[in-house]
Amino acid sequence: MSLAETVRRPTVSFAQRFERLAPLALLVVAVAIYAAIALGSGQPQYMSFDGVVGVANRSIALGITAVGQTFVILLGSIDISVANLISAAAVLASVIMNGNPAMIVPAIAAVLVLGFVVGLANGLVIARLEVNPLIATLGMSLIVQGALSAFISNFAGAVPDAFQYFAYGTVGPLPFSLLFYAVLVLLAWVVLRFTKFGSDIYSVGGNVDAARLAGIHTNRIIIRAHIVCSMLAAVAGLYLASRLKSGAPWIGKDGVYDLESIAVTVIGGTILAGGRGGIWGTVAGVLIFSLIDAIFNLTGTDAFLKQVLRGVIIVAAVAFYAVRSKRIVA
Amino acid sequence: MKRLFMLAALLSLVLGVGHALAQAAPNFDDPAEFAKQKANLTAAPANPSDPIYLQHIGTDMVDTAKFKKPAPWTLCFSNAATDNPWRVVGLKNMQAQVAVDKANIKDFIVTDAGGSDDKQIADINDLLTGKKCDILMIAPNTTAALTPAVEKACAVLPVIVFDRGVTTKCPLSFVHPVGGYGFGIAAAEFIAKNVPKGGNVLALRILPGVDVLETRFSAGKHILTDAGLNIVGAEFTGGDNAKTKSIVEDYMQKGKIDAIFMDAGATAVAAIEAFEDAGQPVPVITGEDQQDFLQKWKADKLTAIAPTYPNYVWRTAILASEMVLSGKPIPGPEWVLPQPSITADTLDKYINTSMPPLHYAMCGCEDFPDYPARWK
Amino acid sequence: MSNEAVAKVEASSRRRRLPSINPIYLVLVLLIAAIAIKNPAFLEPLQFMNFLKRAAPLAILSAGQVFVLVAGGFDLSVGALITLTVIGASMLQSNDPNATWWVICLLFVLGALVGLINGLVVVLLRVPSLIATLGMMITLTGVALLWSGGAPKGYLTDSFRFFGRFNISGIPGIGILPVALIVLVVVVAFLWWLMHSTNYGRLLLAVGDNPRASQLAGVPIGRVRVLAFVVSALSGTVAGILLGGFSGVSPDAGNGYELQAITAAVLGGAQLLGGRGSVPATVAGAVTLTAIFTLLNFLGLPNPVRSAVQGLILIGAVALAMYRRKHAGR
Repeated sequence: MSLAETVRRPTVSFAQRFERLAPLALLVVAVAIYAAIALGSGQPQYMSFDGVVGVANRSIALGITAVGQTFVILLGSIDISVANLISAAAVLASVIMNGNPAMIVPAIAAVLVLGFVVGLANGLVIARLEVNPLIATLGMSLIVQGALSAFISNFAGAVPDAFQYFAYGTVGPLPFSLLFYAVLVLLAWVVLRFTKFGSDIYSVGGNVDAARLAGIHTNRIIIRAHIVCSMLAAVAGLYLASRLKSGAPWIGKDGVYDLESIAVTVIGGTILAGGRGGIWGTVAGVLIFSLIDAIFNLTGTDAFLKQVLRGVIIVAAVAFYAVRSKRIVA
Repeated sequence: MKRLFMLAALLSLVLGVGHALAQAAPNFDDPAEFAKQKANLTAAPANPSDPIYLQHIGTDMVDTAKFKKPAPWTLCFSNAATDNPWRVVGLKNMQAQVAVDKANIKDFIVTDAGGSDDKQIADINDLLTGKKCDILMIAPNTTAALTPAVEKACAVLPVIVFDRGVTTKCPLSFVHPVGGYGFGIAAAEFIAKNVPKGGNVLALRILPGVDVLETRFSAGKHILTDAGLNIVGAEFTGGDNAKTKSIVEDYMQKGKIDAIFMDAGATAVAAIEAFEDAGQPVPVITGEDQQDFLQKWKADKLTAIAPTYPNYVWRTAILASEMVLSGKPIPGPEWVLPQPSITADTLDKYINTSMPPLHYAMCGCEDFPDYPARWK
Repeated sequence: MSNEAVAKVEASSRRRRLPSINPIYLVLVLLIAAIAIKNPAFLEPLQFMNFLKRAAPLAILSAGQVFVLVAGGFDLSVGALITLTVIGASMLQSNDPNATWWVICLLFVLGALVGLINGLVVVLLRVPSLIATLGMMITLTGVALLWSGGAPKGYLTDSFRFFGRFNISGIPGIGILPVALIVLVVVVAFLWWLMHSTNYGRLLLAVGDNPRASQLAGVPIGRVRVLAFVVSALSGTVAGILLGGFSGVSPDAGNGYELQAITAAVLGGAQLLGGRGSVPATVAGAVTLTAIFTLLNFLGLPNPVRSAVQGLILIGAVALAMYRRKHAGR
């Protein structure tokens, strides 16, 4: 190899390649365990097309939310207001639709506006007021919860049958929701990998000051990423409204979408400090969670033991590749 | 600055629109249901000689001959959650019934949705994919959300829904005690009887928006206001003892409390202790059939009543499933179980100091062979 | 520059700097005044002592949490540890009053173990503390449920509840003295000393402020961090004993306390991601938070307003702290 070639081709160390592929390795392990249990316990119907699609379709809401969460965690930020925002979006959609198929489009528009507004608020508080993202989004979560409580005594609205297509419709053999999710993930990947916005996110996540000195408008990037995250959480709310045929004010909290979306993103290899990671890791993380749930159901694990194991698995999955890191971790 | 202004305007617009539309939504105050449950509270069951967990109010039955299958059966159950002691005791009741009938039941498959509608829908799908179930029992997490999943299940299996209902008529039967309005009526009528007009009532509620709890308070509110009593506050405790105690302490400072109305008994003892700690006499109080409340009631000689939402409904669900699979008719489309309250007269029958504090006395489980060990 | 010019610059810069008293103390005084205006009986010794008794568990928990925050991490597991402490106490005591002392010792050992595991997972396995303590929170909740079968088995004996519930009566001047208050003073004094008067405290601040520099300077950052987690967990055990004493046995006593503890520390000026924090200010933050809840109880505001108010206060407090930091030149 000539000197020119060596300089031009950056070598990817084994450690870096390991870190990038580790979520995939975990996913393969999870799939193997699922297959082994399904076949071993004499329930091969779970390995059928329907069974596998069922597993993938289990966590669409979490998946959509996690895509958004990935954007902000890549920045080095975080968003724990997503759970209440999901509830708010579902309730708003349900209230505006009120059983009338003609109101579906206005409802979707209103929900997206809600997501935009909350994301803008989060971004402004974090970028301009320089409040720590955990506190800023925690505060926003409480404010949204307050707004939600105003609707709680009335079981708000109703979702028309037509809108249920989102969650229950099929395109050929595949559920529409799965296709929608796949398209969303692809879009997110394209944005992160090929657009300036995407590479700016990585830069700001890597080193905010360096990014600013390099001429990136860091505030704008932070605000935009939070808008993306909140709008995606709103979309997840729409999906849940469709799936649950109603908008209830507690579905976000019940599904623990805030902590779980953070957990799957981190399991997927995106580090909390920002600057490293990506969408595919998050997708792997979501699939791993679905498989864990499915495995627990297959084995009939006691509900309480499930809790204990989930906590251990989350830590173990992250430790799997974090342990090799040379970074100082807090 | 301009952006912040725009953002505030947009937010208020969105909330305003939403709020205006929300006014048209239905609420938990159905006079027809209220009247029906009031009647059912005191109605005699159609089969009084049967044990209480098999009694039913009303005589409508459904024919199940076409579901008859040879034993042993596989019973499947999609549980909303085991996240509170009432549900924990309930699941134990089911497991005890399955153990007693194990000659006829070869498998009892249970999925736990951990309180998430989304997950329960996925769980029901899983159970249907497995194709092992002879019958499916569902305890829904919320009413509207589970309806599509239940309809999907009805198409392939006999379905029994219990505890909370769904908004479709497709299940074979909806097994439930009299209901939330009944609970509220029992509690509020007791207070109205024991507190003179113009008295102050503090309502302690667990969580907002839960239909089975909202109906209790709505019924109670009607009866209390009709009796001329003031509801000085309706506070949410979140089921937290410390918060309950703090709320009661703060309200004691605001004025005299003549009665406490609780929509569930989980924090009743904490409310009583708030009065004790302050050296004040405990006012009229309504609770539920948890052992700790019953024992405190007796020990401190309180003026109290324990309305119940009987735990034996869980046992009845298993028995109903077995009856369906044997081709025997069951009460349907609704199986309304009696919902007795524990009063000062019947208190001694239900107290058992060796049982855990959050054990539900109205569990209908005393005649199981492994009682009390399983519930300890 | 001449001596007079230097003196003039110094004097003017002293005037321009904002006063260096932590604003949380002013906020606390204002809040207590507001409560007293709404309800004059509040300042009576009995009511005021009750108020402090109510605030004690959160104050102790926050004072421990601030150690972890100063080191740059988060401890989300303390709420679940409180629940486990209360449930563990009810299970171990089996209604036997003589068991109280060894049960309490065992609970402390359990707390220390939890803190140790948290610390080691962060330091050795390099899992970020947000994830590590999140996993621990889920696991501890599961352990508590598994141990008790979902509902606690026994009552907490009066001797155990002594610390959280009992009031010593007949004290001249203030009437009653809750034992919880004595515990609070002792524990806070110890933690105050540990953070602000020992070498360890100084190392802790250094590690949080600049871990790389501390490491290069030879500070054993691993040990410092692990000890911070142990302190936080032990404070959780004490809070659990007090809370169990105050409110009796319940299946989810500690729910949500971890976020409240972080909120209290932040209100007291602790900097998330490390380097700044003070035990007395944190305790003031915890009492302030309790005062806010009490004021909302007295005002009888509808629920929606309460959550929204909390959220706004949180964001406002931190924004103010950031503003102060930038303009006070500290």
